[in-house]
Amino acid sequence: MIEFYPFIIEAIQIVIVLLFAPLFVGWVRMLKCWFQGRTSAGLFQPYRDILKLFHKDVILAENASWIFRFTPYLVFGVTVLAGGIIPIIFLNLPFATVADVIAIAALFAIVRFFTALAGMDIGTAFGGMGSSREMMIGSLAEPAMLMAIFTVSLISQTTSLSNMADVLIHKEFILRPSMAFALLAFVLISIAETGRIPVDNPATHLELTMIHEAMILEYSGRHLALIEWAGMIKLFLFTTIGIASFFPWGISTSVNLINISAGIIFLILKMGFLGIGLILIETGLAKMRIFRVPEFLGSAFLLSTLGMLSYFILE
Amino acid sequence: MSINLAAQVNSIMAALILLTSFGLLVQRRMYGLLHLFAWQGLFLSVSTAIVGYVSGAHHLYISSILTLTLKVVLIPYILHFLMRQLHIHKEVEQLVNVPTTMLIGIALVIFSYYLTAPIRELSTLVTRSTLAVALATVMLGLLMMITRRHAVTQIIGFLALENGLFFAATSATYGMPLVVELGVALDILIAAFIFGIFFFQIRTTFDSLDVEQMTQLKEED
Repeated sequence: MIEFYPFIIEAIQIVIVLLFAPLFVGWVRMLKCWFQGRTSAGLFQPYRDILKLFHKDVILAENASWIFRFTPYLVFGVTVLAGGIIPIIFLNLPFATVADVIAIAALFAIVRFFTALAGMDIGTAFGGMGSSREMMIGSLAEPAMLMAIFTVSLISQTTSLSNMADVLIHKEFILRPSMAFALLAFVLISIAETGRIPVDNPATHLELTMIHEAMILEYSGRHLALIEWAGMIKLFLFTTIGIASFFPWGISTSVNLINISAGIIFLILKMGFLGIGLILIETGLAKMRIFRVPEFLGSAFLLSTLGMLSYFILE
Repeated sequence: MSINLAAQVNSIMAALILLTSFGLLVQRRMYGLLHLFAWQGLFLSVSTAIVGYVSGAHHLYISSILTLTLKVVLIPYILHFLMRQLHIHKEVEQLVNVPTTMLIGIALVIFSYYLTAPIRELSTLVTRSTLAVALATVMLGLLMMITRRHAVTQIIGFLALENGLFFAATSATYGMPLVVELGVALDILIAAFIFGIFFFQIRTTFDSLDVEQMTQLKEED
């Protein structure tokens, strides 16, 4: 029995990623409705959306190549794979030993690369525009994200997310300016990477300013369902990366029933609060002009660099 | 509050001062600049009070209160009043674009860290590590004076520079003697008034507060 444990742990982890991601998105949408004084569609609306899309037919453009048909499966698969690496309720994940945070960044880069290719594959103006914008944001966000994570890994002396969280849980708590800077930078980068306001608006298909939606405008049916689901998982994963590297308290360090249920409860609590935070940002800010985005991400890079510098200067 | 915790809070304050310096460097709006400057003064005053507590030098409490009244309340109020009188509310023009300014700023922080590293080895004070931040604040204030062309923003840059000097004094030597600090505080206050008079003069002469205009001040050949 003992040698099956890693499989079971990994399977539970994947199931949590698949099921909790739409739930988190549902919570965020519900909060947004409440903050704007509307009636919400309910916590489980994202599940219904995905189910509905799976039942619909796929409509392909005449000149769609294999890239266009292949991308949804790749995007979904790679995102779920990234979900298998990040410690969400367990620290000692079997996958976590072979892939560190740089590998996670690379996985997200693969997703971005193929989504951009698929956006250009059909040859519509919107797709190409969305792809070019997405690549611009990606090229600015990725170095900043790596810098922010490296600041945390300087403190814990490792790049593996599990070990980083482990060190943070067990070390004595110290007020660290570098962590505060890295956290601020990480929040900015997560907003840009997951396409939330003020960088991109996830709720629209009708604006000239859309970025992510412009790339996937031609998708329909189960392809769209997979891409939408992967997008939800991406939002979920970014919040869990944030939790694992900045607030890991509550993630279970040993595999037994009490710790696991405590881990799930802590996860739900943290996700609830992070959703409120996200919505406060989203309702408080207007979407910025696309040419302001480099400055937005430049300040994220500045913050993460300051975090790294203040680790050397002040600690 | 233990010495250790006080040192941690002090380094957080130092980090926040550094952050506000960068904020001043990249902020476009005039009133945003003023608010950031007031925040920097607040962090400086808290940091001074903490250093006073750690070192037992109680005259630092007086400097802390002085910083609070002057740099958080009075000078921002004067500048605010001037901006309202002179109808300055448009965005600030910059000579160098924002990302480049940020990169130069980061380079300056690394440079000042490198410069103060030997002092850090010699000193035994709790606050020795914040000296690099203080020097960086001075440099960033200078950079701000160089990259902005509006007279009011240059003044804010100068005042931020003075904040950096004050911070350097508290972090390197646990503060200057009280008489010196009182003198400096008075100087800053007087300077703020004189700047105000200058602003009005510059504006009546050139009809703008853009210092580029002053290149016209040449003798006829």
